[in-house]
Amino acid sequence: MTSIAVLIPIALGMGLMGLCAFFWALRRGQFVDLDGAAARILIDETDEPE
Amino acid sequence: MTPAAQTLEREAPLAVATHTALSVPGMHCAGCMGKVERALAAVPGVAHARANLTARSVGVDHDDSVAVPDLVAALAGVGFAAQPRATVLEQAPSAVKPLLAPLAVAAFACMNVMLLSVSVWSGADGATRDLFHWLSALIGVPAIAYAGRPFFASAWGALKHGRTNMDVPISIGVTLATVLSFYETVTHGAEAWFDGTLMLLLFLLAGRALDAMMRDRARAGVDALLRQAAPGAMVVAADGTTAWLAVAELVPGMMMRVAAGERLAADGVVRRGASRLDRSLLTGESAAVPAAVGDLVLAGTLNEDAPLDVEVRAIGEDTALAEIARLMEAAGQSRSRYVRIADRASRLYAPAVHSLAALTFAGWMLAGAGFYHALVIAIAVLIITCPCALGLAVPVAQVVAAGALMKRGVLIKDGSALERLAEVDRMLIDKTGTLTMGRPAPDPAALDALTPGEAGVALALASHSRHPLSLGLAEALAARGAKAQPLDVVEEVPGRGMTALWREIPVSLGRPSSPTGGMAVALAIGADPVRLIGFADALRPDALYALAALRAQGLEVSILSGDNALAVAQVARETGLMAQASASPQDKHDAIARLAAAGRRVLMVGDGLNDGPALAAAHASIAPGSASDVGRQAADVVFTAPSLMALPRAVAMARKTMRVVRQNFALAIAYNLLAVPLAMAGLVTPLIAAVAMSTSSLIVVANSLRLSWPGEDVA
Repeated sequence: MTSIAVLIPIALGMGLMGLCAFFWALRRGQFVDLDGAAARILIDETDEPE
Repeated sequence: MTPAAQTLEREAPLAVATHTALSVPGMHCAGCMGKVERALAAVPGVAHARANLTARSVGVDHDDSVAVPDLVAALAGVGFAAQPRATVLEQAPSAVKPLLAPLAVAAFACMNVMLLSVSVWSGADGATRDLFHWLSALIGVPAIAYAGRPFFASAWGALKHGRTNMDVPISIGVTLATVLSFYETVTHGAEAWFDGTLMLLLFLLAGRALDAMMRDRARAGVDALLRQAAPGAMVVAADGTTAWLAVAELVPGMMMRVAAGERLAADGVVRRGASRLDRSLLTGESAAVPAAVGDLVLAGTLNEDAPLDVEVRAIGEDTALAEIARLMEAAGQSRSRYVRIADRASRLYAPAVHSLAALTFAGWMLAGAGFYHALVIAIAVLIITCPCALGLAVPVAQVVAAGALMKRGVLIKDGSALERLAEVDRMLIDKTGTLTMGRPAPDPAALDALTPGEAGVALALASHSRHPLSLGLAEALAARGAKAQPLDVVEEVPGRGMTALWREIPVSLGRPSSPTGGMAVALAIGADPVRLIGFADALRPDALYALAALRAQGLEVSILSGDNALAVAQVARETGLMAQASASPQDKHDAIARLAAAGRRVLMVGDGLNDGPALAAAHASIAPGSASDVGRQAADVVFTAPSLMALPRAVAMARKTMRVVRQNFALAIAYNLLAVPLAMAGLVTPLIAAVAMSTSSLIVVANSLRLSWPGEDVA
């Protein structure tokens, strides 16, 4: 029984952390430009001779 | 972020005072994004630039020393046209965004409650079961209240107006199940339904979000097209200074200078100059009409020959534009009466489900079960029949179909467009700009007859002019590999053509001295015989092929054009279609109303302002990407490729989608036929409900995904 008392809060807490992380990402605008995010990985950033 | 921007930020923490949003319609790949961001970051005073590919825009943080024209110039330097967007708020709100948070909450709560439920199902009882039910309630009740809001709001809105929709049975089922589960929890009951209720909300929200995502995507595409053509005019002030003003800033009394090859941005009266105007976008007629001082000229017409000074007039109640706008407003109302298939299904479904639940309750009461027992079983019927798979049946299929079409250059504005497009059995197609390319192309036989030297001179002369015939000739000659010859003293005589010197010989390209049958230009080189090059508005590539495919799909096609009978007759001959010529916007609208009254479902395909009312009145409508703003906004579907094959493709995909939607409905009903008797017999437990619900939803999703298979394509 004590294992349940420990494990359930852990499971819930982890889930809640995931939910908070999602809301944080949503508020930070991470889902504003999904097409751009997919394309951005292709941008070559080292080609600028300064 | 680029290294340049990073360095800038590190070295000088700039006073970021302003945020500017620029629309960059030409940006469509990673390379473009990189170029745009680097170009803007290199402007002194810019702290940070971030491109948004979905909205085709870029946000720039900069200090006050940077003016917007500097940013536009920097982008022009790397080859991107940009326009400032007045405010970020102007951007239409996304339909997906408000659904993301409820979706996340429902997913979180559903997973955790399911976790607790599994232990209850596997035999936990007594204090453990109570604890788990209480935990489920603690997570479930707030989550249901939050995640269910989109449904509760929509159901309440429908009920207030005395209507019903899919959300009404959903809301009733969800509310009753939650109340019952809470009661069970409080009274140490054996079964709580939080898991099933949350799963239901999760699936339904997923369907809703998919539907919204499709609308957002297509709208972003259409918005990008619209912004590309942000019209404006060069305005000449009294002191002779000129400035480029957007249409919204034009005021009656201003003097617009309209260069040859430019479209008029507003109605007005010609004050200086004489030219010919192409009114095909407005009326469909392909022959240009002359305009002289004192003539009234209309917005949307193309100035062909010579620069004009036009005094802007207010858009009065009697102008062609206002008339078209009025017609469109009236025409659009008939379409808003269309009821989507999901709502039509729910009109039958909701009463059936509610009477079944009531019957169950009455039956168990009569059979002698207690009030509480009968109520529990009736609510189980409501939950098991809640349209979980039904809620996914339509949006998933439509999203998959729209995605497949978008890959081939066909943008669908929303799901209801696909539904209406699947039903059409009659098609009316505009001629100028839709069936044809909408711009004159030279006769290939006449080009073949030119020597390479002549072709080079013609190309060189044509490339100096913005006249539509010159543009068409230059494009065709360049495509044939002609090399422009060096010319001296090039001059454009408005209304006559181009003259120049080539190796000391006078050469000219212009209007033929004697009238010819149609459009033509004359090429004269010294004393050599004059070459006549005929022009015609060519059919779109694959036009005949596409029309054959449409006929094979059972659509009766005919031409509905505002052009004169002669020009229409020629295209009708080429395509073998029936045609109605010289149709005004009102005529086009009436033609569709007549067909609709005769019970036909009309698909209108057109591009011009004059097609606007017809596009809005038709059961479904399609416009090419080259269409006027009005055309693109009024149409349900916009295709961006030049080929007309987009039409049969869109119709075929719409029909295929509706087939899949009907299969999905059949699957959902089959599931109910199995589950409802069990529920009415009182045999359904939360475990069975959860398994049945997720299985039926998965089957429906899998069936819909078949639409993305590159299956048998039309022709």
